Formats: sequence, C-alpha cells, structure tokens
Amino acid sequence: MESVVLIFLCVSILLYFLLGGADFGAGIVELLTSRKNLSKTRKTMYHAIGPVWEANHMWLIIAVVILFVGFPVIYSTMSVYLHIPLAIMLIGIIARGTAFVFRHYDAVKDSMQQTYNRIFVYSSFITPLFLGIIAGSVISRHIDTGATDFASAYIWGWLNGFSVSVGLFTVALCGFLAAIYLIGESDDHADRKRFIRKAKQMNLAAVASGCVVFIFAEQDEVPLRTWIFENPVGLSAVIAATLSLVALWYLLLRGKTTVLRILAGFQVTMILLAISYAHFPYFLRLKNGRDLSLYEHMAPEKTMQTLGIALLAGSVLILPFLGYLFYSFQRSTED
Amino acid sequence: MDDFLAARSQMALSLGFHIIYACIGMVMPFFMAVSHYKWLRTGNDVYKDLTKAWSKGVAIFFATGAVSGTVLSFELGLLWPEFMKHAGPIFGMPFSLEGTAFFIEAIALGFFLYGWQKLNRWFHWFTGLVVGMSGLASGILVVAANAWMNSPAGFDFVNGKYLNIDPMAAMFNRAWFSQALHMTLAAFASTGFAVAGVHALMLLRNRERVFHAKAFRIAAVFGCVAAMLQPLSGDISAKDVAQRQPAKLAAMEALYKTERRAPLIIGGIPDDKTERVNAKLEIPGLLSFMAHGDWNAEVKGLDQFPANDRPPVAITHYAFQVMVGIGTLLMAVSVLYFIALIRKKSWLERGWFLKLFVFAIPLGYIALEAGWVVTEVGRQPWIIYNVMRTSEAVTPMPGIAWSFYIFSAIYLSLSLIVIFLLYRQIKMVPVLYSSNPDLNKTT
Ligand code: HDD
Ligand code: HEM
Ligand code: HEM
Repeated sequence: MESVVLIFLCVSILLYFLLGGADFGAGIVELLTSRKNLSKTRKTMYHAIGPVWEANHMWLIIAVVILFVGFPVIYSTMSVYLHIPLAIMLIGIIARGTAFVFRHYDAVKDSMQQTYNRIFVYSSFITPLFLGIIAGSVISRHIDTGATDFASAYIWGWLNGFSVSVGLFTVALCGFLAAIYLIGESDDHADRKRFIRKAKQMNLAAVASGCVVFIFAEQDEVPLRTWIFENPVGLSAVIAATLSLVALWYLLLRGKTTVLRILAGFQVTMILLAISYAHFPYFLRLKNGRDLSLYEHMAPEKTMQTLGIALLAGSVLILPFLGYLFYSFQRSTED
Repeated sequence: MDDFLAARSQMALSLGFHIIYACIGMVMPFFMAVSHYKWLRTGNDVYKDLTKAWSKGVAIFFATGAVSGTVLSFELGLLWPEFMKHAGPIFGMPFSLEGTAFFIEAIALGFFLYGWQKLNRWFHWFTGLVVGMSGLASGILVVAANAWMNSPAGFDFVNGKYLNIDPMAAMFNRAWFSQALHMTLAAFASTGFAVAGVHALMLLRNRERVFHAKAFRIAAVFGCVAAMLQPLSGDISAKDVAQRQPAKLAAMEALYKTERRAPLIIGGIPDDKTERVNAKLEIPGLLSFMAHGDWNAEVKGLDQFPANDRPPVAITHYAFQVMVGIGTLLMAVSVLYFIALIRKKSWLERGWFLKLFVFAIPLGYIALEAGWVVTEVGRQPWIIYNVMRTSEAVTPMPGIAWSFYIFSAIYLSLSLIVIFLLYRQIKMVPVLYSSNPDLNKTT
C-alpha cells in the first residue's frame, strides 16, 4: 500500500506539472502574444481550457493532501521554511483562477476586462515561477533548519540562483506545453501557425533556461550533473527527452497534433524523471545534510493503508469521467 | 499584532471567507437542478433562463470557493505546522476522500456548464445534480475533520506520542454527526434566504416578474424548510456539546458557576473579572433542560476549569446569542412563508412580505459565521481538544501579521469584485434573456 501512495504522489505531481502547467502556460502565451492577435488567442484559449481548468488544478490538492496525510513531517517542514514562496504561489493561484472566471462571466464587457486580463497574465507567470522555485529549493539543500536569523531561515533557502533558475525553466516549460496544446485547439490556419511559432520559441527558451539551471547548479553545489549523467535512468531519460525533441521539431512542421501532445508530455515527464530519480526517496534535502526520505517519514501503517484504499477507490470513480470530459470537449466550440 | 494572534486571525478570515463560497457552491446546484428539471418537464423557457442565469453565478462562486479552498489546504501547514505534523495522519481521512468528491464536482461542473448543446438532456441535468451532491459530500467530510478537533478519537495519546492511529475511528468521532447535520442545514438555510431575498428585491422593484417569482419560490422553499429544522438540530448540537465540551457550553451560556436548575441567559454582558453577567434576561431551569433534558440537572460552569483552560467567554457568548437569535427569526419567517403558501397566497405579492426576505439576505450568513465562532473560539485554548494547545501548534516564523494584512486585503477586494459581478449579472437579466417574451409579462 505504501507504494500505491507513493505512486499516487508522483503521478499527481507529474499531472499537475503537465495539465496545470499547460494551463498556466496558456496565460504565458497570452502574455507574449502581440496585441492584434490577442482576442483570437484568448478565444481559442478559453475554449481549450475553460471546461478543464478546475479539474487540472485538483492534482495540486491531491498532492498536498497525500503529503500532509502520508508524509506529515515533510509537509510541515516545507510549510515552515518555504512559507514565503508558498504564500506567493497561493496568491498567484487566487488571482489567476478568479481573474480567468471573472473575465468570462462579467455580464458587462467593459474596461474591467483589461484589469482581469492583466491580472490573469501576470499571475500565470508568477505562479509557475514560484512553483518552480519551490521545487528547486526542495532538492537543492539550501533550506537551513538550524538557522537562527530570519533571512537564513526563511529567505535564502529559496531565494538563490539555483531555485530561481529552476523557476524560470518551469515557466518556459509551461509555455511550451500550452503552445503545443493550443495548436490542436485552434481551427484556422494563421492561428495554428502562430502557436507553432510560439511552441518553437518556448522550446528554445526552455533549452536556454535549462542551461542556466546547470550553471547555477554547479555554482551552488547541487549535484545535478551527477544525478543526470552518472545515473543510468537519469541518462536514458535525458537521451529520450532529446530524441523526442528532434521528433517534435520535425513533426511541428507537419502539425500532427495528437502525436505532438504526446511527445511534449513525454519530454517534460522525462525531464522530471531525470531530475528526481537519482535522489529518490529523498524528497526534501536540507542544508545540514539530513535529507528527509519519503520512506523514513511515512505516516503509521494504518494511515497509509486507508489512504491507499481511498486513493484507489477515488480513481476508479474519477478516471472514467475525467477521460470522458477531455474527450467530450476536444475542440469544443460552444458557450 | 503578535504573530500568534495574527495566525489565528488569518485562519479565521480564510475559513470565514471560504465557507460562504463553499455553501453557495454546495447549495445552488440543487436550486439549479430543480429549475432545470421544471424546464425539461414543462418546456417553459423561463426555467431554462433561470437555470442559465444561476449557473453563471455558480461558476463565479465555484471558482472563488475552489481557490480559497486550495489556499486553506496550504494554510493548515503554513500557520499550524506542529498541529499538522501530528494530526495529518489521524484526521486526514476525510480530506483524502474529500479530494475525490472535489474532483467529481469539478468534472461534473465542466460537463454542466459547457454541455448545454453537447450532452443528452437528462444526462446533462444529472451532471448538475452531481455537482450538488459531491459538494454536499465534501462539506460533510471537512466538517468531520473539524469535529475531530472538538472530539479527538482514533488514537492513544501516551507521553506526548500519538499511538495506535485509526483513521476511520477518527473520522467517525462523536461530534461528526451533529456538526455535519447542523452545517448542512445551515448551508441550505443561509443560501436559500440569501437567494430568495435577492429575487424578492427584484420583485419589489417590479422587474421581470415571472422570472423572479419562480426563482424566489425555489430558493425560499429550500431555505425555509432548512430554517425550520435548524433549531431542532441546534438542540442536538447543544446536548452534544454539553457532554463532550462542557467548557464550551459554559462559555456559550456565560455560566461562571456550576449550578443545578441552571437558567438560560438571554443577552447580557459577561464580565470575566467579577464572573457575573450584567444586563441579562434569565429563564430559570431552561439551560439544564436544554443541555441534559432535565430541569434540575447540574450544568458545569467555568469554575470547574482552571483559568488557563477556559475559552474566551464574551466572544463565545455573543456569537451564540447572535446565532440563536437569527435562527429563531428565520424560523419565524419560514412559518409565515408556509402560511402564505398554503392559505394566504396574496401575501406573496405584498411589499411587507417581500421586504422581510430582503431584510433576511445577510442574516443566514451572519448566523453561519457566528456559529463557527462559537465552535472554534469555544474550543480554545485547545487546537485538539484536551490534547494540544493552539499556542503549541503555531508556526515559528515571525512576521505573520504581514501575511494577515495581505490576505485580508486580497479577500476584501475579492468579495467586493464578486458583489460587483453579481450586481452586473442581475442588472443584465433583461438584456441577456430578452429573447424570451414571457419574461417581461406580469403574473
Ligand atoms: C444559518 C446558520 C445557523 C443557524 C440559524 C443556527 N446555527 Fe448553530 N451553528 C451554525 C449555524 C447556524 C454553524 C455555523 O453551521 C455551526 C458551527 C459548527 C457547526 O457544526 O455548525 C453552528 C454551531 C452550533 C453549536 C456548536 C456545535 C459544536 O460546537 O459542536 C450549537 C450548540 C448550535 N449551533 C446551536 C444552535 C441553536 C440552538 C440554534 C437555534 C436556533 C442554531 N444553532 C441556529
Ligand atoms: C468554515 C467554517 C469555519 C470557520 C468560520 C472557522 C472559524 C475559525 C475561527 C474563528 C478560528 C479562530 C479561533 C480563535 O482565534 O480563537 C479558527 C481557528 C481554527 N480552525 Fe476553524 N473554522 C471553520 C472550520 C474549520 C475546519 C473545517 C477546520 C479543520 C479541518 C478548522 C480548523 C481550524 C484551525 C486549525 C484553527 C486554528 C487554531 C485556532 O485558533 O483554533 N476550522 N477557525
Ligand atoms: C466547514 C468548513 C468547510 C466546508 C463546509 C467546505 C466545503 C467546501 C465545498 C462545498 C467546496 C466546493 C467548492 C464549491 O463548490 O464552491 C469546497 C472547496 C474546497 N475546500 Fe472547503 N470546506 C470547508 C473548509 C475547508 C478546509 C478547512 C479546507 C482545507 C483544509 C478546505 C479545502 C477545500 C479545497 C481544497 C477546495 C477546492 C476544491 C475544488 O477545486 O473544487 N475546505 N469546500
């Protein structure tokens, strides 16, 4: 049952990255779209993510619940030392979700729209940025549980070159996922072309910021290089990601949308796998070297048992409906 | 503001904000389902317009409820890490089931809002109902988690360690039923009265009468049935509190001294220094009767508890008075409504009658917030009753006051925007639905 819970934790984090990420990315794409194409992009985007955005963000809640029920020490340590980035991410989530819905449901379309738009695009950028910062801090051994002054305990743990570069990398990946997703949702030629171009730009941005992550990893002594290149799984994942990148660029020119989506998802999955496999099960790595392992900090057995059963039962109920939802609203064009 | 107070205030603010949206999110789908059903059965397009108009409101509330709920699941850790470290594995069961309920709700809402032309009519109707049912389920589950804090169960507390954890026993603790019942009724009563009141206001202004009369009726029936049952369920809760948390009961009633034939105090200003209640009205023996079903039973007063184990008396007492006062009032309005429905149809058109409902718009929510203050403040100084103190649970991070100010500003502005949006939705009813000639006829 422990493995069931662990699998659910990993899968929900992964799905949040992919689905929630594509969702955030839609806002990032909007941020980078020139004014004359904006209203078209917005429309495509609304049809694409309107019906599914709520469900996409549920993966975050599932992950958090699994953490606090199954791995309470890890959850509470993160909550204490990453309080500030978590709070900023939450503010981003509030701003983004409400602005997205408000702009669509405001019965009068007037200058308020501009306010919603602005809030929506900026929070679509801020939220994944901080999500990435949090992810970076969790693995970078910057969090210092022994610190005595405010800044070392609550600020430098996440405000450092490595974490911020992971944040920017995350933003680029989200934009990339979204652009790929939107290609398949748009119905006219010019529109698709624009998304294809966006996907390419975002992909370049991701590669560039990925390199920056490596540079900062060296500087901040995060053994990223060892994890990826000296571990067979890490290495194969990176190779797979690179190969899929080549295939993706090739297919982009031909526009096979379903294959594109699968490839993009695959690529991001491989990147996550490469980064996290080598130090599994050490989920939260602390400055003093006392890394917190998912196995050692599990809740008592009975809790893991019931949690596992609840998750399994839940997915039997949920997955068919969720699949049907995505299926039904492929290229939906209705109010 | 000190950090501990700030943390408590931020928790209370976030929950107090979330609960309103959550209640609307769990109750409105039922109103919509009724209206939707009537449209499918009668083919009267007013019902279709009503369902659509309501569903737009629900989408706004649902999103706000969902994001504020997401915030809460992090805030439990951000503000109370020590609590979550120990409580997570014990009371987490309802939260993990709730995850399923939320998920189903979000999926069903996706179907409902976007499926008007895509789905089979009855399947579409059914998805709307599923939104309501899963919302209700999540409400009940999360209240079970709160009930555990009032009535800890499912573990042994030995030398500061939490052993023999049994998540199912924790979920079905002694308080869950009375709290879940009372909370569910409260959600229906408050939302029913609020929605009915808004439509009553439109009737008073003589707007689209057919539309608003139908809306008023659906909401009022739900609200009034719930409001009539609410005092009964409140009585169950009070008896339950008397058993499991006598200190909370004593604070609710501002009963400083243990007494037989204890009086029910109405109004009054508790004074902690002199341990007296000034300016009060007393009904002898009624408290004994309400708490234990016997006019002469002994009711434990605050003198049974050391000073540092007593909850804040004044806040708990005032909040309880407000809740019960409003509960009585809403019940009275409900009785009038049913008299009107059965015997005095003409009242339904009268100004005074509609004004009564307009006046009641905020009352249900005020009672709801007051009730939570009773429950939560009355549990103090414990975060897990008789096991862990709230002050032991709070985050070590300094500067929480800033976080409190920022979140207050955000929630305040969100509330203002939501009200503004709702105002616009209602204002636009004649424009958005003017294709329908029925709408502007008078009854
Ligand atoms: C519309 C809202 C509303 C109304 C009209 C009432 N209540 Fe209430 N009450 C609540 C909304 C509420 C609540 C917010 O939903 C609470 C907080 C915790 C809970 O389970 O329900 C609550 C708690 C609560 C508690 C504490 C339960 C506990 O701590 O476990 C008691 C004893 C009562 N109520 C009693 C009453 C009585 C005797 C009422 C008589 C009219 C009444 N309530 C009306
Ligand atoms: C939605 C309705 C709720 C409202 C309005 C509410 C209200 C409050 C209030 C007023 C406080 C502050 C108490 C004080 O300052 O003395 C508080 C604290 C708290 N509540 Fe609730 N509560 C609600 C439901 C819940 C639920 C469902 C949970 C958990 C599952 C919960 C967990 C807590 C915690 C952890 C605290 C902090 C500790 C404390 O100060 O007691 N509450 N809540
Ligand atoms: C008595 C208190 C509470 C009640 C009755 C309640 C009920 C609900 C309901 C009905 C929803 C569905 C949203 C909607 O339809 O608008 C919801 C959303 C949510 N609630 Fe609460 N809740 C309470 C307190 C809490 C607490 C303490 C937490 C967290 C620890 C929480 C976490 C959430 C989350 C994460 C969501 C979002 C789910 C979604 O996306 O649909 N709630 N709540």
